[in-house]
Amino acid sequence: MSYELVAGFETHIELATKTKIFCGCTTKFGGAPNSHCCPVCIGLPGTLPKLNREVVRYAIRAGLAVHGEIAEISKMDRKNYCYPDLSKAYQISQLYAPLIIGGYVELSNGRKIRLHHIHIEEDAGKLIHQHGDTYVDYNRGGVPLIEIVSEPDIRSIDEAREYVEKLQQVMRYIGISDCKMQEGSMRCDVNISVRPKGSEKLGTRTEIKNMNSINNIAKAMEYEFERQVDLIENGGSVVQETLRYDDATNTTSSMRSKEDAHDYRYFRDPDLVTIHVTKDVVEEIKSTMPELPADKCRRYIDELAIPEKDAQLLTKYRRISEYFDKACEGVKSPKTVSNFIIGQIFRRTETEADKEIFDVAVTPEQLNELVKLLDSGKIRNNLAKSTLEKMLDSGKGALEFISESDMGGLDENALNDLCKQAVEGNPKAVEDYKNGKEKAIKSLVGNVMKNSRGKADPALAESKIKKLIG
Amino acid sequence: MGSIEKIHEMLVSKECSCTELTKSYLDEIEKANGELNAYVNVTGDEALKTAEAVDKKIAAGEEIGMLEGVPMTLKDNISTKGIETTCCSKILTGYKPIYNATVWETLAGENAVMLGKTNMDEFAMGSSCETSYFGGAMNPFDSNYVSGGSSGGVASAVGANIAAYGLGSDTGGSIRQPASFCGIVGLKPTYGAVSRYGLIAYASSLDQIGPITKSVEDASIVFDAISKRDERDSTSKGFGGDTYSKLNNDIKGMKIGIAKEYLEGIRDDVKEAVLKAADIYKSMGAEIVYFDLPELKFALPVYYIIACAEASSNLGRYDGIRFGYKTEHYNGTHDMVCRTRSEGFGEEVKRRILLGTYVLSAGYYDAYYKKAQNLRGTIVKAFNNAFEKCDVILAPTVPMTAFEKGHAVSDPIETYLTDICTVPVNIAGLPGVSVPCGFNAKGMPIGMQLIGKSFGEAEILNAAYKYQQAAAENFKDTKWGVKL
Repeated sequence: MSYELVAGFETHIELATKTKIFCGCTTKFGGAPNSHCCPVCIGLPGTLPKLNREVVRYAIRAGLAVHGEIAEISKMDRKNYCYPDLSKAYQISQLYAPLIIGGYVELSNGRKIRLHHIHIEEDAGKLIHQHGDTYVDYNRGGVPLIEIVSEPDIRSIDEAREYVEKLQQVMRYIGISDCKMQEGSMRCDVNISVRPKGSEKLGTRTEIKNMNSINNIAKAMEYEFERQVDLIENGGSVVQETLRYDDATNTTSSMRSKEDAHDYRYFRDPDLVTIHVTKDVVEEIKSTMPELPADKCRRYIDELAIPEKDAQLLTKYRRISEYFDKACEGVKSPKTVSNFIIGQIFRRTETEADKEIFDVAVTPEQLNELVKLLDSGKIRNNLAKSTLEKMLDSGKGALEFISESDMGGLDENALNDLCKQAVEGNPKAVEDYKNGKEKAIKSLVGNVMKNSRGKADPALAESKIKKLIG
Repeated sequence: MGSIEKIHEMLVSKECSCTELTKSYLDEIEKANGELNAYVNVTGDEALKTAEAVDKKIAAGEEIGMLEGVPMTLKDNISTKGIETTCCSKILTGYKPIYNATVWETLAGENAVMLGKTNMDEFAMGSSCETSYFGGAMNPFDSNYVSGGSSGGVASAVGANIAAYGLGSDTGGSIRQPASFCGIVGLKPTYGAVSRYGLIAYASSLDQIGPITKSVEDASIVFDAISKRDERDSTSKGFGGDTYSKLNNDIKGMKIGIAKEYLEGIRDDVKEAVLKAADIYKSMGAEIVYFDLPELKFALPVYYIIACAEASSNLGRYDGIRFGYKTEHYNGTHDMVCRTRSEGFGEEVKRRILLGTYVLSAGYYDAYYKKAQNLRGTIVKAFNNAFEKCDVILAPTVPMTAFEKGHAVSDPIETYLTDICTVPVNIAGLPGVSVPCGFNAKGMPIGMQLIGKSFGEAEILNAAYKYQQAAAENFKDTKWGVKL
């Protein structure tokens, strides 16, 4: 029998607000242990949380980016559990009335992964095990998080990968988080089950906690899928439990079973008041939203005639697309701009991290100027290409490398002279051409291009050379 | 004239210096505390330091505020920077907060002279002050009787004139009930009128800080000083208290409501005293209106479910990791937390944590907590309706007078029942003030409470003040302490 994978994600994303969710402490990553703390975020008796309005605004941005509905009224709840990194023995979160309801993430295959809701909550601190002792660092305690809870709509590991990438991309675009999985500013819990293909009924699920890289998510899901299928094939059944994934051995192991599942005893946090979000606030936030990557990609394809694959590359990171948008202003062929970026500039920003930062020596305005020279016919492609390389090396503008005479074009007589020179100076190539070697003509044209410093029109040169040879 | 104004005049007229006054309070504490156990921590050095600063101001001819230099006390669940704040629990022994509660920040800013921290039921859970880790505070009228709870230490100290006034907290009657037992005045403000920031939480949606004083004027002065909006407490609403200027307003035509249910199951002498007070109001031109408030029967179970639920969560943080008591011998973190809590909390606290954990747990939440929340809404509505019929509600504060030592400990359920008249006010978030209205055959004080509309402190304090003027004989002094 063949089986289908069914998965849903709970994705935690740390928000990049300057201060924590319930106090004025900084959210900066790192720092000496317990140096980003105050009585509120270490949960001293008598302290009270005060909701940071920016957190609500950031979360609303996230909600709008995934087409969710922003609740006019939402509330904070307490999730009670005892762990040393949780200073109050409860996490302030949302269960009964989350800030954002519904929404979806659309995949490239056209499927929409529906979202159940997005809620805001506080992060916990960290335990540090050292010299046989355990220490607690509360710096991260109180850092704002959103949790994006999807429906069990994911049907393959590729979809899972794309879902996480898409979330990461869009959340970075709207500037609410850097979504660095390795630093923990984005973490996923994966709920996974299997069922016979064609079956409508959901199987028993397991939950793999705290995945911190997309590759690990893929590997863990692959392992867990196989494990569950094997179990069923061998007459067993899947037990609902929480698992941890060990990337060293590429296996999952049980953290706790359903019987041991925490009873979080959620209830409304009496220390915090109801959150009211008016339609005006939502509209105001909407007006500050950047164009989202999916919309941008579609626009590049439909309006700028950029091939889909290239459009995806250009929209993968916000900085690249912004660079592209600027460099395109007023140019005849955005495709040329795209080619320069993907063909030449990308060679200088090889890693994904470099591409994300996209800190290149040539400004989009400089690239724009170069492309406009090309557009107007003042220079030819070859010269533009070599000039861009020089610009990338030096950070200087195109005009530093292109002289007036370069831009003057080539008159008929000069071109005739250069073609004559090429034919006379390269008898071997001429001979080859005459003997049916079509390619030999290219070397003659190349000669003309070289001697004209790229100013000649290669097609015109070719026809003149052919005439000369006869 | 209340104690605060009297002291203010004494200081301004240089009848005595603030240092002399403070010293005499400290001396009297020394004499009385052995028997009354009102204070759990006397902060004489700090008190004298503040007194000295006040004296300097007076000597320099500077004007001083009404509360400046007035010796007072705080219940031991109000956070005081650098001064041990224990909630009278073993689990918080040694805990010195690194910040001040907003109310203390305010009063310290006015050079209030804090004599020390006063006794209370552990984590404010109790009605006799006897669940305190340090033993109960005793009643200044007769030290064989309890002072009441949970703010028993403040009531005992104020009743015994070893503090001019004090701040307590009231979750289900913890200001009003001990004030009633000790024959003094206790105001539980509207929820949100006074910042809770720095008040160590018992039940966050019910807790409210308020004054315990010898007179209505004093309660009014202190309330006006501490009731203001606090950015650090999202539930504080910014009342901007101005009740003092409204004292002594005419109450002719004021409608004083009596709900029959408040008089059911009340001891006869208490009922009589309250009805006698109604007569006094009538003679002053107020109109007495009787009505039913059947929803009151839900109040006690609703209170114990909500309060315990919130407490079970609020008290989760006492794990021995960051502050307070930590068990000596343990094997790993889990064991450490279990032992610390088992050893650190007293019986009553454990009982309420367990009860609260139970009512919130999966499968029981709907049957208990959710139902209690719904009924809370019903009670709020019932009070709103009642206030269509009257301006203030008159009721007993407690169905009886102070119990004898040890009585409360022996029967927790019966003790819970004594909260029947006080808890509805907390559930509805309303203000209530307890004032003495008589004595039982043994000479122990009886208290009545006036309940007001939301943020109706001025109205109930005015009504209380009028009563105080008409029935001064019920405001009796005790043998203890500083005689002004």
